[in-house]
Amino acid sequence: MSLKIVVLAKQVPDTHNVGKDAMKADGTVNRAALPAIFNPEDLNALEQALRLKDKNPGSTVTILTMGPGKAAEVIREGLYRGADNGYLLTDRAFAGADTLATSYAIHMAIKKIKDFDVIIGGRQAIDGDTAQVGPQVAEKLGIPQVTYAEDILSVENGKATVKRRLERGTEVVSVALPAVITVNGSAAPCRPRNAKLIQKYKYAKTITEKQEVINDYADLCNQRPYLNLQEWSVDDVQADRQFCGLSGSPTKVKNIESVVFQAKESKKLTAADNEIEELIKELMANHTIG
Amino acid sequence: MNNIFVYCEIEDGIIGDVSLELLTKGRSLANKLNCKLEAVVIGANLKGIESQVFPYGVDVLHVADDARLYPYTSLPHTSILINLFKQEKPQIALMGATSIGRDLGPRVSSALFSGLTADCTSLEIGDHEDKKEGKSYKDLLYQIRPAFGGNIVATIINPDQRPQMATVREGVMKKEILDANYKGEIKQIDVKKFVNNTDFVVEVIERHMEKSKVNLKGASIIVAGGYGMGSKENFQMLYDLASVIGAEVGASRAAVDGGFAEHERQIGQTGVTVRPKLYIACGISGQIQHIAGMQESSVIIAINTDPNAPINTIADYVITGSVEEVVPKLIKYYKKNSK
Repeated sequence: MSLKIVVLAKQVPDTHNVGKDAMKADGTVNRAALPAIFNPEDLNALEQALRLKDKNPGSTVTILTMGPGKAAEVIREGLYRGADNGYLLTDRAFAGADTLATSYAIHMAIKKIKDFDVIIGGRQAIDGDTAQVGPQVAEKLGIPQVTYAEDILSVENGKATVKRRLERGTEVVSVALPAVITVNGSAAPCRPRNAKLIQKYKYAKTITEKQEVINDYADLCNQRPYLNLQEWSVDDVQADRQFCGLSGSPTKVKNIESVVFQAKESKKLTAADNEIEELIKELMANHTIG
Repeated sequence: MNNIFVYCEIEDGIIGDVSLELLTKGRSLANKLNCKLEAVVIGANLKGIESQVFPYGVDVLHVADDARLYPYTSLPHTSILINLFKQEKPQIALMGATSIGRDLGPRVSSALFSGLTADCTSLEIGDHEDKKEGKSYKDLLYQIRPAFGGNIVATIINPDQRPQMATVREGVMKKEILDANYKGEIKQIDVKKFVNNTDFVVEVIERHMEKSKVNLKGASIIVAGGYGMGSKENFQMLYDLASVIGAEVGASRAAVDGGFAEHERQIGQTGVTVRPKLYIACGISGQIQHIAGMQESSVIIAINTDPNAPINTIADYVITGSVEEVVPKLIKYYKKNSK
């Protein structure tokens, strides 16, 4: 059975590799100093989608992402690995969205895509670690969800069988499709980029990106329609502005502080035998150990 | 009306620690707000479950007891909470930041259009002045959580929507029995009224749950290793030290990501929060997200080759040296002096 698969992917600042200049003096995040990457668990999600496509000939994988213009990179990265097409949801009106406003926008885009069997995304994005957008998209679409997925074992007769990885064990569940599945980092890593696909898609660009480069691309894109990456605005997906961005976000950030820990007066030791033995004696004397 | 609700998760008839921790927090918030604390338990065979819940100061316990409600699946539990919240109009709703709470919370918040803050590390009550709109708010829930990989701490509020929802990880709040004889009121939920048959579209086919082998939260001494341990093989010396001094072994996220230790040993914002009597950090540089999960340890020893490792600033003892050299010496001199 061929499947229509939508992969939700996000471009995120690489918060796991925060360098010294990542924080500005005023305690805010210097986004420019953090490289933008494909959210790690979204790559695990993409791999699950590509495996379903491999097993079910005729299936298609569509990347859906929301973000600024440069987030189109996420679509290209998906195409290089075997996705078939992608949409970038981008509009100033989406800015400042919390998870509810984000899931509202994404669910409107999925309604525009219309024809889908399964929506797969990463469990959470590393810039917020909330794990909320997947379940909220499912709720807004009125379809079930399976979170913490580690392996989509099979899709048959309109049902997916999914192995979940929980804190203290595993669970295998069956879910009626269409459904949203969010994938854990413990799932199989994503396959590397395919050299042929890089050749095919390296000039794939959004309309905005095309305006920024020399005109030579226009002809190329006309000859090869797959190089045109679709951008969607608030109006394109018929979203109600009231539910987008800041105004669609019930949560507000009251304040942000950079993290400062109370420094202690510490005793400095070396690895010398007498110093280690003294330490042990001291800890035993005050009943910290023993 | 307008009380504080805590969703209690349940495994094999036992209410999860994370839920009891939230009941304790919920009790203190309820005292501040001068409202009631209500708990919700959804599952099967729940007779007598109140005895696990009331001692934490629960005034009203809502019970949804139906064979189909255990083990947890998203839609039936969501339907119950949505309908219960519409009826009871809580001002605050709390749940564990677990694979259950993080599955259920967002779905409920989406249906009710109420904001949800994930993985809070602190919950407080405070006021808010919205200068732009010229509005002021009293007694909001401050939902305080780390963001950006732990590099910043944000205070989130939901000024206009109710309930104000938050999830909290296990071990972040402290559980404390208020009164072993505390008695609240039990209210049975009419499951058929709240749940549709179509909610049972997810079927649990197989379940393998294990009792946790690791007890970091309860350990009075923790030996934790970081990326500086270099390999899984090298990590073994931490188990050796731990068994000699009676400690549990923990790990930083970098060590877990590097495959040196299992995920359940992870300490930090995305792992467990610990407060042992003694914390021995071996080859841990001290990323903010790690320090946030262990800074309340009574005594901290940092062993690191880098004299400028960030963890040194919060350590009581800083040993500048390699773990390969220091750890065997700790074992040796402990054995020598404990005889």
